[in-house]
Amino acid sequence: MLEQIPAAELRYVGKRTPRIDAKEKLTGQATYVSDMVLSGMLYARVKTSPHARARIVSINTEKARKLPGVRAVVIGEELDYRVGLYVVDKAILARNEVRHYGEAVAAVAADSIEIAQKAVDLIDVEYEVLKPVLHPLDALKDDAPLVHPNLGEYDYMEAAFTPKPGTNIANHTKLRKGDVEKAFEEAEWTIEREYTNPSVQHVPMETHVAIVKWGYDDEVTIWSSAQSPFTLRNLFCTAFRLPHRNVRVIVPHVGGGFGGKAGIGIEPLVAVLSKKAGGAPVKLTATREQEFSLLPCRSQLTYRIKTGVSKDGKILGQKMTMYWDSGAYADYAVNVTRASGYSAGGPYEIPNAQVDAYTIYTNKPFGTAYRGFGHVEFHWGLERHMDLIARAIGMDPLEFRKRNALREGSTSLTGEKIRANTGSILKCLEAAESAVGYGTLTEAEKARQEKTGMKIGKAVVGLHKAPAMPPFTATAVILRMNEDSTVTATLSLTDYGQGTYTSIAQMIAERLGFPIQKVKIAFESDTDHDPYDWQTVASKGLLLSGNAAILAAEDLLKNAYEIAAQALRCQVVDLDHDAEKIFIRHHPESSVTFRQLAIGYCYPNGNSIGGPLIGVGRYIAQGLTHLDKDTGQGLPALDWTYGAHGMIVEVDEHTGEYNVLKVASVFDVGKVINPDAVRGQAIGGMLQGLGTATCEGYIYDQEGHLLNPSFTDNKIPTAKDLPLEVESISVETPQIDGPYGARGVGEHSMIAVAAALGNALQNATGAQITHMPLRFEDVWRAIQRREPVDNWITKSPYGSCRSAPEVQRHQQQEC
Amino acid sequence: MKRVQFTINGDLYEREIHEHRTLLHVLREEIGLTGTKEGCGAGECGACTIIMNGVPINACLVLAVEADGTEIETVEGESKSGRLSPVQEAFDRHHAVQCGFCTPGMLMTIKDLLQRYPKPSREQIIEGIEGNFCRCTGYEQIIEAVLDATGQLEEKGEIKHA
Ligand code: FES
Ligand code: FES
Repeated sequence: MLEQIPAAELRYVGKRTPRIDAKEKLTGQATYVSDMVLSGMLYARVKTSPHARARIVSINTEKARKLPGVRAVVIGEELDYRVGLYVVDKAILARNEVRHYGEAVAAVAADSIEIAQKAVDLIDVEYEVLKPVLHPLDALKDDAPLVHPNLGEYDYMEAAFTPKPGTNIANHTKLRKGDVEKAFEEAEWTIEREYTNPSVQHVPMETHVAIVKWGYDDEVTIWSSAQSPFTLRNLFCTAFRLPHRNVRVIVPHVGGGFGGKAGIGIEPLVAVLSKKAGGAPVKLTATREQEFSLLPCRSQLTYRIKTGVSKDGKILGQKMTMYWDSGAYADYAVNVTRASGYSAGGPYEIPNAQVDAYTIYTNKPFGTAYRGFGHVEFHWGLERHMDLIARAIGMDPLEFRKRNALREGSTSLTGEKIRANTGSILKCLEAAESAVGYGTLTEAEKARQEKTGMKIGKAVVGLHKAPAMPPFTATAVILRMNEDSTVTATLSLTDYGQGTYTSIAQMIAERLGFPIQKVKIAFESDTDHDPYDWQTVASKGLLLSGNAAILAAEDLLKNAYEIAAQALRCQVVDLDHDAEKIFIRHHPESSVTFRQLAIGYCYPNGNSIGGPLIGVGRYIAQGLTHLDKDTGQGLPALDWTYGAHGMIVEVDEHTGEYNVLKVASVFDVGKVINPDAVRGQAIGGMLQGLGTATCEGYIYDQEGHLLNPSFTDNKIPTAKDLPLEVESISVETPQIDGPYGARGVGEHSMIAVAAALGNALQNATGAQITHMPLRFEDVWRAIQRREPVDNWITKSPYGSCRSAPEVQRHQQQEC
Repeated sequence: MKRVQFTINGDLYEREIHEHRTLLHVLREEIGLTGTKEGCGAGECGACTIIMNGVPINACLVLAVEADGTEIETVEGESKSGRLSPVQEAFDRHHAVQCGFCTPGMLMTIKDLLQRYPKPSREQIIEGIEGNFCRCTGYEQIIEAVLDATGQLEEKGEIKHA
């Protein structure tokens, strides 16, 4: 829905606009669920498993129940419900068996949080500890214990996923394009290698929190720090077999999500406590430690890539095998697997491709959506691999990327034709190249090396991502005119920090021709009051809800024009409007104000027409298809946002310490709606990417205990970790069906940052690192020994990767 | 239970409280000033930063009884006049707020910083806010907002087009 308005005439779109929610947050007045107290509210605490895998022999809750002030105690035995997003595999509280460290086994609601905690401490659980399966490659072995022996009995979304009962495979995504074996035969070079990364935590500053009131007649109200009120309601109703009309989900301000709050979390548990406590509202706030282990994380990935390359540096074929560690439950990990599977080649043309992506159950906290939805993880391997191929065949890594970049006329892995308007990865790469002065060192940089004794390295990486969503993903916006002609928009896409609401306000103001001060976006989402939206995920909000907002504005104007035409006794085509009134184009003095129309037009004698002005905009993704389960062919992508990062680092070769001197992040966003918001997403995501690149990651012992569920042991970036210089650059190739040409960029900034770091470090020192994060000691070891280092699962037989490069040059082509 | 008294943003409060309750919980749950946030409850994230007797502290690490008789400043005091403070205004201009959960603590840390260094350098700002986690913004726009609020930012961070 590209609006054909010359940029010079746009009043709000593309212009600096403050966030509509900033003042409320700056004054401390914005309400988050964690701030809420309801009358009669009880507080909940959870008893969690200290074991990764164990049989629950008995749970004794007697002492807890007797504690004064305790109003409800629940254990898994009494809860015959299963919850699941794509594979319905999770009980509300563990029954018979615990499947990961930190899993909930019992819960208490009490008059105060202190009493609830005391009661939890009084619950005795007897376990028979079993040997856990921790590494996804171990879980694939024939004799591996099954995390879900009943996998074959679970419901799952058949159109998209393929669980393998009798194994630990929750899903196998397959993609076949061309003939990859033949391509390898024809290739001058084949290069094969494996790349890994550990699980990480999203770390929203507000932990998961929910208040649930299970009222009389099964009328349930849920206040939650959730990203997707309608999906939460849908999954909740499915689990409890309740009609959708019975359940109301309200989402006020949310203190960050990053995918971790996309689906359903603690709400069912809080709901059963409320039910058991006779309908009193119950509040559960996850502790920071629970955020790491009771709630989901980002999956670990082992990514093996084999690439055949021609003499002139063109990729002929690529075989990609992904082992996604789902942890104990499938949640979003199966869809991460699917979405990564069809994007696995990155923004490059691969004429012959084979992808096998597995989601594998293990006895660890489970994986879910996390900003980038798999793309941060696999671009780590892919973009390191691109550099390693280029080095192996003696070509400059950026030149190798450019030569293979997707462009007009290319076909994606799933058979989609890339068009000029899809966007330009080449422009992104070139902008990053010049922003960091790729390939050379400036005089100042040489002088800096001289002075510090550190080596400077540079790298440019590319990336792409499309929204991972069903082909029928839909949303709606309702726009109501208030009595004074200001307008209020309601929608259930949530804004938990991304700033989408401000961009949508700009677009509504633009389309209505109203000053933006007249436009309000209602912040609290409420499934009883707002129209449907699938989920707030996938960087699809701006495009889908933006389109719906424009349509709502147009619908409102259409309705206003119809009443105005009657009031002014003219035809609709003769009308035009400004911010205050609708007027006859050729007799502008003949007009009626929006204020006169807002709730119905009243003639001087009192007769009235119209009624309250409302505009409705509905938008559904257009032309997408399911993917063929055997070949992965089809059209899954609403839009592709291409991007690139250029990075400059300096490394001390003796210690492995490094500083990131500059990161330039470039995205083809189609059209910048709000420059500061794009920049905020670009820099915020880049630093989050640098966090997973430099220091974040789950560490387990051999029994599967999570050793670092705190900020002391699992660092996240502080202001000190910000690169010396950050730059945000936008390329604008308009998206034909995007609002004002825009496409999403919320996740992309985080993708491939780690690979840029790995490549720049290698450029500086020759160190070949194939697992992340890249801690100083890892870099030092890689410089010293040039071999990979492992300590993510202590003493794992696999190490973090089996990483000797396998490079072959075919003799017969040596002519 | 113990009776305590303190002044918060200029107003006197008196409460009967449990000795084991932290100042953060008393502020949020018993006094109802929920602007100050809890991000970890363990002194690690800075979300609960307030100013007590002129010194920035993590309210999650202080027992409320220890605050008896003190002067406390929280985010709610910053716009008590009905207008945003210069730093709040600069945060608004620079999109230094995303989800907003770190913002109250960040503002109090910066308030203290500016009392010590009225015109802090970029390095001093970084040093100053190092103990306040922000998972959303990547800190850059926060740093720019502080530079702007103290009259030190010539060029605002316009987005570049390739
Ligand atoms: S809540 Fe006090 S430092 Fe995190
Ligand atoms: S704005 Fe979300 S944590 Fe700082």
